[in-house]
Amino acid sequence: MATMTIAKGINNGLRAAMERDPKVVLMGEDIGKLGGVFRVTEGLQKDFGEDRVIDTPLAEAGIVGTAIGMALRGYRPVVEIQFDGFVYPAFDHIVSQVAKMRARSLGKVTLPIVIRIPVGGGIGAVEHHSESNEAYFAHTAGLKVVCCSNAEDAYWMIQQAIETDDPVLFYEPKRRYWDKGEVDVDSASRGLLQALVCREGTDATLLAYGPMVKTCMQAAQAAAEEGKSLEVIDLRSLSPLDVETVTKSVEKTGRVVVVHEAPTFLGMGAEVAATIQEQCFYHLEAPVLRVGGYNLPYPPSKLEEEFLPDLDRVLDAVDRSLAF
Amino acid sequence: MSDNAVADAHSVAHEEDVIAELTAPVPEVGDGGPEMVQLLTPEGQRVDNTEYDHYVADLTDEELRGFYRDLVLIRRVDTEATALQRQGELGIWASLLGQEAAQVGSGRALKPQDYAFPTYREHGVAWCRGVDPLNLLGLFRGVNHGGWDPNEKNFHLYTIVIGAQTLHATGYAMGIQRDGSVGTGVADRDAAVIAYFGDGATAQGDVNESFVYAAVNNAPVVFFCQNNQWAISEPNERQTRIPLYQRARGFGFPGVRVDGNDVLAVYAVTKQALDAARSGQGPTFVEAFTYRMGAHTTSDDPTKYRVSAEVEVWKHRDPIERFKSYLVHTKKADHDFLEQVDKEADELAVHVRNGCLEMPDPKGDSMFDHIYVEQHPLVEKERREFADYHAGFEGEAAH
Repeated sequence: MATMTIAKGINNGLRAAMERDPKVVLMGEDIGKLGGVFRVTEGLQKDFGEDRVIDTPLAEAGIVGTAIGMALRGYRPVVEIQFDGFVYPAFDHIVSQVAKMRARSLGKVTLPIVIRIPVGGGIGAVEHHSESNEAYFAHTAGLKVVCCSNAEDAYWMIQQAIETDDPVLFYEPKRRYWDKGEVDVDSASRGLLQALVCREGTDATLLAYGPMVKTCMQAAQAAAEEGKSLEVIDLRSLSPLDVETVTKSVEKTGRVVVVHEAPTFLGMGAEVAATIQEQCFYHLEAPVLRVGGYNLPYPPSKLEEEFLPDLDRVLDAVDRSLAF
Repeated sequence: MSDNAVADAHSVAHEEDVIAELTAPVPEVGDGGPEMVQLLTPEGQRVDNTEYDHYVADLTDEELRGFYRDLVLIRRVDTEATALQRQGELGIWASLLGQEAAQVGSGRALKPQDYAFPTYREHGVAWCRGVDPLNLLGLFRGVNHGGWDPNEKNFHLYTIVIGAQTLHATGYAMGIQRDGSVGTGVADRDAAVIAYFGDGATAQGDVNESFVYAAVNNAPVVFFCQNNQWAISEPNERQTRIPLYQRARGFGFPGVRVDGNDVLAVYAVTKQALDAARSGQGPTFVEAFTYRMGAHTTSDDPTKYRVSAEVEVWKHRDPIERFKSYLVHTKKADHDFLEQVDKEADELAVHVRNGCLEMPDPKGDSMFDHIYVEQHPLVEKERREFADYHAGFEGEAAH
């Protein structure tokens, strides 16, 4: 076991993938000498060279567009989008090209591209630096969308995403980059697309991913002190969803609160809630509740603590569910 | 006069120059202008060009006849496809009428190891890469989104989002660089990429980004713009105020305008650009100055936005008549050959027509295929639901 931050976990995971497969290349803005604005690629250009850790021009459509070409030539590009709010110039290439290429080529062409995106708020940033746009991509067939929440997953999920032949959107919880955790560097304990029961409980289920997993774990701890037993599930993969792990938990607890930073309207919580009511209707003791960002543009950072779900808002929803 | 006054006067003069340049009238470029590379006049007269002559010097008479055959055959395919659309067999067709020389000249300049990234109009390039024209029809008939294996012929699928493929081409070229397949001097190893796009696409951010990426990476890519004067209904003036080939200079690589209706000149200019790319000299922008003789697609009506006199002028620059005239006058082709090509064209048209009519509709559940490499629970769930839903009707059919 080794102790490392989430950022270092991804860094080490990238290094391991690059050592294993010479076709793995990194592309992004400022990822070379600087190591990326979050230092996730620190030291990699020095060790693997400028041909494999490519400082790109400042144009996101260009980054993903050229990554497609590199993948067509047999490479496995890992793209860094500097901030969540800067992925939109590349949206067309991700949605119209990356996602569709395999289907439109009748399986002749695969694009094993990983697109890394630091996601979410909580770091006091200016606008466009705190968004949670995972639902846009989870809505798009042909993509896989995953989100890590801890150092162990950071280390292994990035490697598993790179090994996957399908394109993967890899979300990184930016406000948790510096959270430390234990990592078993010898073997991965779970697959890329499996949800993980982080804490077992019997009264209600909290479903979360990325930065909200920690919040939910804290909420479950606080609830336990009041005698309430909450189960916490880290979804990990948003597309596809590990429906089985979720329904198993719901069948046990009968009450669910889905938590994410993204606005709730048509967010991941909406899909999860619909799936649960379709598959667990007779097990439900209360409506599936959602706790998320309000349905507004991300506010100025002085207000983000009010905007983002926190321990109290999660517990408030749990209380409403239990009281139903 | 103080130093500052001198500097001010200088900067005013410079500013006036800049303003004068920016406000100067757009040059008349209807005939391509004096900068345009041409080896054959519209009448088919060979004209000398010291820079490009040697790129066509080695072409045998047989190869030249081959160009002619390509031009005629692909026009015949195009005519047949247009007819098939009119008869309801294709949903839509994007005709290449008038652009045959631009496509055949550039397509024949490619080596097998080179890779081409087309728009949806590159039927002539597809032909040169060995793609069966019948396979082009699937997209337009609605049975698939692309009916060939791109890696088999090094010819990517048609890209419909305008200009997107220029970035894919540039990325592919960056891959070639990393494979060490540029500038080795080994003839069948060094490779280049050609990215096709139109005059309208030059306004796209993607195309401009691809120029930046190609330039800073010195990538082995040729940007081949077929300026057919019209982006659906919008003329060149709506896309640019300078001749397109001049844009390249601002990005830091050469730009050349070539007569896109002169198959020899297109071949020569493209060959030079590809040679440069393969040898490590980076990108070139080629503007093939041509004309879209037909509509944008079969859904378009050009009579609403352009005058027939313009089309008449371009008829005199027809790429096939020009090359035929050259071959006949230089006695490189005789009557029998021309007749043989026409016969072959008719046979190809029959192949395309019959093949189109026989093209099976895809099975319903095939739409669930190939979405992901790995099994995907949602796709598989919906595939089962689709099958169950349809199975539910089977009993009813028996009644």
